Amino acid sequence: MKKSEYDLVIIGGGPAGLAAALEAKKNGVSKILICERAPHLGGILNQCIHNGFGLQYFKEELTGPEYASRFIEELENSDIDVKLGTMVMEIRDDKKVIAVNREEGMFQIGTKALILAMGCRERTRGAITIPGSRPSGIMTAGTAQSYVNLEGYLPGKEVAILGSGDIGLIMARRLTLEGVNVKGVVEVMPYSTGLIRNKVQCLDDFGIPLLLSHAIIEVHGKERLEGVTIAKVDEKLKPIEGTEQYVSCDTLLLSVGLIPENELSNNLGCEIDKVTRGPVVNEKRITNIPWVFACGNVLHVHDLVDNVTQEAEIAGKAAADFINHKMNKEEKDVIVTHDKNIGYVVPQHIDALNHQEQTIKFFLRVKNPDEEVRLIVKDNFNKTLLNLKKTIVEPGTMVTFNLSREFVTKDTSSIDISITKEQAQ
Amino acid sequence: MEVKKFICIGCPKGCSLKIEHTEKTIHEISDYSCKIGLKYAKTEFTEPKRTITTTVKLKSGELPFVPVKTKEPVNKEKIFEVMNVISALEIESPISVGDVVVSNIAGTGVDLVCTRNIKKVS
Ligand SMILES: Cc1cc2nc3c(=O)[nH]c(=O)nc-3n(C[C@H](O)[C@H](O)[C@H](O)COP(=O)(O)OP(=O)(O)OC[C@H]3O[C@@H](n4cnc5c(N)ncnc54)[C@H](O)[C@@H]3O)c2cc1C
Ligand code: SF4
Repeated sequence: MKKSEYDLVIIGGGPAGLAAALEAKKNGVSKILICERAPHLGGILNQCIHNGFGLQYFKEELTGPEYASRFIEELENSDIDVKLGTMVMEIRDDKKVIAVNREEGMFQIGTKALILAMGCRERTRGAITIPGSRPSGIMTAGTAQSYVNLEGYLPGKEVAILGSGDIGLIMARRLTLEGVNVKGVVEVMPYSTGLIRNKVQCLDDFGIPLLLSHAIIEVHGKERLEGVTIAKVDEKLKPIEGTEQYVSCDTLLLSVGLIPENELSNNLGCEIDKVTRGPVVNEKRITNIPWVFACGNVLHVHDLVDNVTQEAEIAGKAAADFINHKMNKEEKDVIVTHDKNIGYVVPQHIDALNHQEQTIKFFLRVKNPDEEVRLIVKDNFNKTLLNLKKTIVEPGTMVTFNLSREFVTKDTSSIDISITKEQAQ
Repeated sequence: MEVKKFICIGCPKGCSLKIEHTEKTIHEISDYSCKIGLKYAKTEFTEPKRTITTTVKLKSGELPFVPVKTKEPVNKEKIFEVMNVISALEIESPISVGDVVVSNIAGTGVDLVCTRNIKKVS
């Protein structure tokens, strides 16, 4: 087996991997390698040809491929190595990465540090259960997006979409533009889970109905999908008898969520958060394994690529500090807890003795939509460190905030984050 | 006086905008959080516009299709007319981000440009 040595290996060449590599380079890492299993860099952005990317990071509205190309061009002008069509098979605990590609077969790469940037995959029908037959014509919205935008063929003539996630909404518009009859989007929750701007510009613009509190209760068709039966659901999400309706369609797109791609991390022994389904990390995006970092959708599902880039820069800088022995030798762990209105918070813990950055960046998701709330951060002495007003919070929109490092001292043992209705003093 | 409400599509925040007007005359625009929202409310009231993103067939490229967009938003009513022009196109590779595919597409005054770099295959 062929062997090579690098300072830093990055798995995944999507926006997370690209930004992490460039940031590590800027911070003085000499030998960097990105392994990407696809034939091109850019990750999921290549199929996201719609605009809406980069408003925060570049202060202009770009399409997915344009956003990716800015990083790819910078990378091509650097001495960062890239292996395309290269699938990482295993990460060994002796800091060896096993990968495979057509030209070299199976090979081994030794490294000082590793960044996980494998992104996520879509939930499939098996992950949610729809009764009925298993005809063809049922696929995830992302698969349909790749067919239409990269390969140039349409998945069907009459389409129904299950789930109001952004990919489903984007595909409703995309297919309508290509002349496909999009019958509607069915969402089991009483609210849309995608961004409101996507409901406006992808559904309302074309008069595509969004059926909230509705479920697909049966799938019809033998070889090919012929239609679905939908019904209204009650508060417990149970179908209400007598509200059934038949919708004819030859294609059903599933837009029911994404799951971080963590088989490699799992096998290596990374601790995985049950809610995010990604590794547990501290504010430097270090996993429980000191030489392994994580960023982007492999860590938790982001709705905005701008946040992915920022997080990847944190991981890239931290990996560089680790490689260059700039990291503090001793650590003091501060646990981050949250109340029941919050689904998850990343990072899950912070190091009180890390003095590299002035601020700590947090990402969180709420469990239920709410209005006029306050986001309050307290420490173990019950001292309020931060009290922010939030006009609207929704599960589909990630909440981000910065906490000044000065609030975390050597006496801090935990930090609690809550979202409450009450006015705080 | 009448009131019309729009949701701004300028950024993921999705502010709800309010326009007070009498027929076609705007009196006041409120509830926007930034100047993009103010501008959006004005055009959405007078002449709604959208950016179109789609793909164009590519000859002898590394990939069979290249993603494109209208450089500026175009009149919403022209969307399908623009799509008809685009679906008949086939262009030569190589192609770079920003290359103009069609200028003044379907008489909108807006150019259609490429959004990805794609090399030619020999
Ligand atoms: C359909 C869709 C629409 C979106 N729309 C928007 C939007 O409008 N605006 C916005 O800001 N954001 C949007 N996003 C979000 C944003 O695009 C993502 O959050 C971002 O692309 C995630 O970046 P990533 O690098 O973590 O993952 P990815 O882009 O998924 O990249 C991961 C890469 O890792 C590679 N990989 C995985 N496993 C291996 C392995 N074992 N070996 C080698 N390589 C591997 C994959 O091939 C892939 O290229 C959208 C996302 C999707 C899916
Ligand atoms: S008004 Fe400004 S902040 Fe509000 S949605 Fe529009 S662009 Fe975003």
